[in-house]
Amino acid sequence: MFDFSYTIWIVLIPLIVFIVVGFWGNKFKPLVSGIVGTSGLFVSWILSIFTAYEYFFVVGKTDEVYQQITGYNTLWLQLTDKLHIDLGVLLDPISVMMLIVVTTVSFMVHLYSVGYMKDEKGFERFFSLLSLFTFAMLGLVVATNIFQMYIFWELVGVSSYLLIGFYYTKDTAVAASKKAFIVTRFADLGFLIGILLLSYFTGTFDFITLTSPTGPAIATPPAVTFLGLSVLTWSMVLIFMGGAGKSAMFPLHIWLPDAMEGPTPVSALIHAATMVVAGVYLVARLFPIYVTVPLALHVVAWVGAFTSLFAAVIACTQYDIKRVLAYSTMSQIGYMMLALGVSGMGGHEGLGYMASMFHLFTHAFFKALLFLCAGAIIHAVHSNYMYEMGGLRKYLPITHFTFLAACLAIAGIPPFAGFFSKDEILVAAFRHNTALFIMEYIVAGLTAFYMFRLYYVIFWGEDRTYHHTPHEAPKVMTIPLIFLALGSIFTGFIPFSHLVTSDRQVLEIETEWIVAIPSIIIALVGIGVATVMYRKQTELPKRFAQALKGFYRAAYRKFYIDEVYLFITRRIIFNHISKPIAWFDRHIVDGSMNGISFVTNQASGRIKGLQSGQLQQYALVFVSGAIILALVFIYLWT
Amino acid sequence: MFEGVPLTWFLILSTIMFFVGIYGFLIRKNLITILMSIELILNSVCINFVAFNKILYPDHMEGMFFTVFIIAVAAAEASVAIAIIINIYRRIVNIDVEKMNEMKY
Repeated sequence: MFDFSYTIWIVLIPLIVFIVVGFWGNKFKPLVSGIVGTSGLFVSWILSIFTAYEYFFVVGKTDEVYQQITGYNTLWLQLTDKLHIDLGVLLDPISVMMLIVVTTVSFMVHLYSVGYMKDEKGFERFFSLLSLFTFAMLGLVVATNIFQMYIFWELVGVSSYLLIGFYYTKDTAVAASKKAFIVTRFADLGFLIGILLLSYFTGTFDFITLTSPTGPAIATPPAVTFLGLSVLTWSMVLIFMGGAGKSAMFPLHIWLPDAMEGPTPVSALIHAATMVVAGVYLVARLFPIYVTVPLALHVVAWVGAFTSLFAAVIACTQYDIKRVLAYSTMSQIGYMMLALGVSGMGGHEGLGYMASMFHLFTHAFFKALLFLCAGAIIHAVHSNYMYEMGGLRKYLPITHFTFLAACLAIAGIPPFAGFFSKDEILVAAFRHNTALFIMEYIVAGLTAFYMFRLYYVIFWGEDRTYHHTPHEAPKVMTIPLIFLALGSIFTGFIPFSHLVTSDRQVLEIETEWIVAIPSIIIALVGIGVATVMYRKQTELPKRFAQALKGFYRAAYRKFYIDEVYLFITRRIIFNHISKPIAWFDRHIVDGSMNGISFVTNQASGRIKGLQSGQLQQYALVFVSGAIILALVFIYLWT
Repeated sequence: MFEGVPLTWFLILSTIMFFVGIYGFLIRKNLITILMSIELILNSVCINFVAFNKILYPDHMEGMFFTVFIIAVAAAEASVAIAIIINIYRRIVNIDVEKMNEMKY
């Protein structure tokens, strides 16, 4: 057997970089931190590619099945003889694929940030936090057990919080980072309860044991039920709640658009390509168990489908370029969730699983690319608002072409990557449930529409008044753009169904033209509508918005979800739960404490006069006492 | 010299001395007189020891020894007490016991 223990270094190198840059980064010139961070990631990237090559093409396969290999394992915490928490590296198709995604995007983002963050205050801090995030994310994807995943899950949450609040002097950034942390933390509560339920009833944390067909979760599911549902269903739904929080699924999505307050490379790395797909990865990781509880899988499918439609509608109305991309990310992750939700186990039933992972892979490339392009554009015009941009194709040729490639990829135009993966998802939905398929079909059209709306408004139309003539980004920024654009174009040709499938065997698929052709058509319709409305500045969008007045306003205000949250928290939770508890704390708990001290104080005030400092008074008391005692002893003692 | 004197007489004498000492201790304000009252109390105890020893257990000497000890301790105590009184006098130019109340609450 090939020794995979070196894979631990893929995870450890970013940690070492984090420590080195975090502690000693400010001793050197800022650029040194950038170079150390980027070269560390480069080593991790090369190692990941090597691992993927070895795993997929040399040693991973035994008897036509990709094996789950524990590359490295160490005992971290021994609770009882049976129950222990390990830390290690689990290699199977999805984790190796995620290693590639995370290290590639992270390396590109590191490289890009050297240019983008140049001359920013806190350059070293930025790079150390990026490395911390990369470490946490890699630890998450290679987790051998659900508890390790939870540890790193929280760690990515923390690094996301730190990076969103990178501009900590800006109030909105601070508020956004807190919002992101609190919302995901709330969701993680469900995740934790789910983990505890699952491990309590199965007696293990280990993924290989949990997901094996003869394991305790699948072969002998616990018979306990609660409120009419089996405990396995409960734990799976609760674990999905954690995944939904991280992956910004409705109704826990409210943090993601605000998270765009962070620096753009952070949005590209964390809030587009890697951390937000952790929820999808989690469901995929536990997929064999999800298949045995159809109800949980239905929840996954419907939440995913609803989120994708909901986010796509909002994306059509937003003006902040990064927010459009954020809603687009939500929408695409909804696609992935839906694909998992409609999937079965093994063979053609498992098409959705493979499609979901495929879309995750291609989406990472084109969405990271879109964000990095957005960063280059913001860098050039110093604004986030798309109506302050226009005619940029003359000034930013490389950004223009790479952005166009990404738009075509996300819209699903062949031969760009998004077409292949989205097509598989649509086929899976088509076979499973017509309602879901129609929803996703509409979303495909909306996606094409809002992406090209963005594209035309930014790159076509007339010039705006800029502070200075927009200029193309430096090479260190455009090279990652070009690399990711190549990824967006060509990753669709990777024979994914041979590599990553639900039962880890080769799945032969053919393009289903009955689904593919309508999806291309609706994408083209979306692009066409966007062309008519936004190619030149016209009154059309305004008239359109007026025709759909109420609906447009609701979508523009993000369907008032934030307001609903505020209403629930401020009006209901604060007034009816927090205030009574605060009253109880102030009056009953504090009151009893204060009462005790008050009584003691008063009593001592009364009796302190006895200690008069008069020696003879003491002596008198003493002598009287002695005499009284003597009398008692003499006359009353029998 | 005291042959034939009953024990009770000694006890009456020592009791009177004791309560005179107590009275002086409680009533007098001058520290020196208070010290003298303490000496009276100690000496009344000494009389008890000697009388009990002489009359009840003529063969033993423990009562006598105790008395000697008490005289020695009283001498040491008097010297320490007078040293303290001198220091107090240097400090507040007074040896009235009622003025010495700085250590109250």
